[in-house]
Amino acid sequence: MKFEYKVQGGDFVRAGHASSEVKKILKQLNVEPSLVKRVVVALYEAEVNIVAHAYNGMAYVDIDASRVLVRLDDNGPGISDIELAMQPGFSTASSTVREMGFGAGMGLPNIKSNSDEFSISSEVGKGTHLEFVVYLNSK
Amino acid sequence: MRVCPTEALRVRGGKALLQSNRCIDCGECYRVCPTGAIIVEQDDFNSIFNYKYRVALVPSVLLAQYPEDVSVDMAIHALLRIGFTKVVIVEDSVDYLITRINAYIINNPSRKPIISSFCPAIVRLVQVRFPWLVGNIMLVKPPIDLTSSFIRRKLTEEGIPEQEVGIFYITPCAAKIAAVKSPEGEDVSEINGVINMDLIYNRTLRDIRSGGTKRTVEDGAVNISPKSITWALTGGEALSIEAKGLAIDGISNVIEFLEKMETSEVHGVDFLELRACDESCAGGILTVGNSFLSAERLRKQARYIPESKIGFHTQIKISEYSSVLNGKVGLNRLEPRSIVKLDDSMVKAMNKMERVNRYLCYLPGIDCGVCGTPSCQALAEDIVQGEGSLSQCVFLQKIMEQNKLDPKHSFRIMKKIWGENRFIKDCDKPKHKK
Repeated sequence: MKFEYKVQGGDFVRAGHASSEVKKILKQLNVEPSLVKRVVVALYEAEVNIVAHAYNGMAYVDIDASRVLVRLDDNGPGISDIELAMQPGFSTASSTVREMGFGAGMGLPNIKSNSDEFSISSEVGKGTHLEFVVYLNSK
Repeated sequence: MRVCPTEALRVRGGKALLQSNRCIDCGECYRVCPTGAIIVEQDDFNSIFNYKYRVALVPSVLLAQYPEDVSVDMAIHALLRIGFTKVVIVEDSVDYLITRINAYIINNPSRKPIISSFCPAIVRLVQVRFPWLVGNIMLVKPPIDLTSSFIRRKLTEEGIPEQEVGIFYITPCAAKIAAVKSPEGEDVSEINGVINMDLIYNRTLRDIRSGGTKRTVEDGAVNISPKSITWALTGGEALSIEAKGLAIDGISNVIEFLEKMETSEVHGVDFLELRACDESCAGGILTVGNSFLSAERLRKQARYIPESKIGFHTQIKISEYSSVLNGKVGLNRLEPRSIVKLDDSMVKAMNKMERVNRYLCYLPGIDCGVCGTPSCQALAEDIVQGEGSLSQCVFLQKIMEQNKLDPKHSFRIMKKIWGENRFIKDCDKPKHKK
């Protein structure tokens, strides 16, 4: 089953919309809570990344009985040094963003730790492409 | 139908049909029912006389219901006159409970934020709608259970045979009744019966107004602490414990917060006092007085208790209760009872979800409720679960009538949902309460 959600850069008010919708779906599908939590936390972080850094983006969610695959594409400044960005605590977030309680530099590491497969690629000046998978132990 | 937070109501044959596995006994439907058709089942008042010792377990909010000129003392003596032999305030165990809650929070850091077990409607709400937050519910018995166990043991110690003691709870709401009749996390309740607050209010007030002044030997003085008096009000728990607590009242506010808690972490909160009713128990569906006035009255009462009495008295209560109840305050593990899942099997659930989404493409999405279901989403889910059909939708009927649906048949469908009488002229229809 496929779902897609728009993510608007700069709209912190609606950040979390996609993750809350996906949460509802996974609950209805009777997916085990700890797995739902992983998906939702990872997706939420990814959404916030787009809101905080990019102009706009899309979240694509593909669910089947064995896994949840999430792909996020954004139009934005891109990431020049992915390795650095992956380090816990590293952040380029502006002070305004930090004042709102975001930008602690835990986004990408958090997505990685909550997923079973994780890949990220980026082009400076164009945007970032992120993909992660959470396996579901099918009952 | 539409006020139900768990979408447990359907209209069939002109009547509201309740799906009991979804119902959390919050009473929201009772508040708005235009005909007063919903009744809250209670025990027969006269069943108290099956016992030689008849204890009225009274929530402090009862004492705030009476007109200004009826004092707490008068109300308690009226309770004794109408047939009880002892009056005990439910919140009597609160000072002791606070020590247990503080300990529980310290011992269970991984379960934060901990959800209070006080409001039974909230406990059930979490079980059915937020199954994966069930582990956050505090496994400590609420005051009603602690106080009833304590009183029963006390009376037994005094040499009164157990079977001669009848403990009757005077309830401000439907949820507490369900909690006594089919408790969650406990095997049996120590309470013998439940009587609705409005009935007790009428009986005692009539007694007072008809000149009842006789005072029995029983000492009617209410000897409880300020924290106990205000425990059932909003903030009663959250402000009394040592950890950082948050108080939320009103079922929709609670749901909004729990949704948030599920999606993103809620940081910096140790304890959640969640209450289904606005103004907590002062706003219970079986209360009589205005919820704001009752709450104010209780707060004022709490303030008038002299400081000098509080500390000493509280210590005595705590040591009394702990000697009787220590080791007996825990609740059994609570089980989730999800009503959200479409099927136990994920593959089947996915299949059902795809069908639900397909039906939603055809349904108008205005949630009018004419189909007898609270929302288009709920109708689509009912269809998939084999409990409904698309032709219940008045919009789709119009479309189907263009093709082959016989208008007489669609009329029959509507009558089946709303009953024959709905289609007969009637100038005295019950008016909606809000």
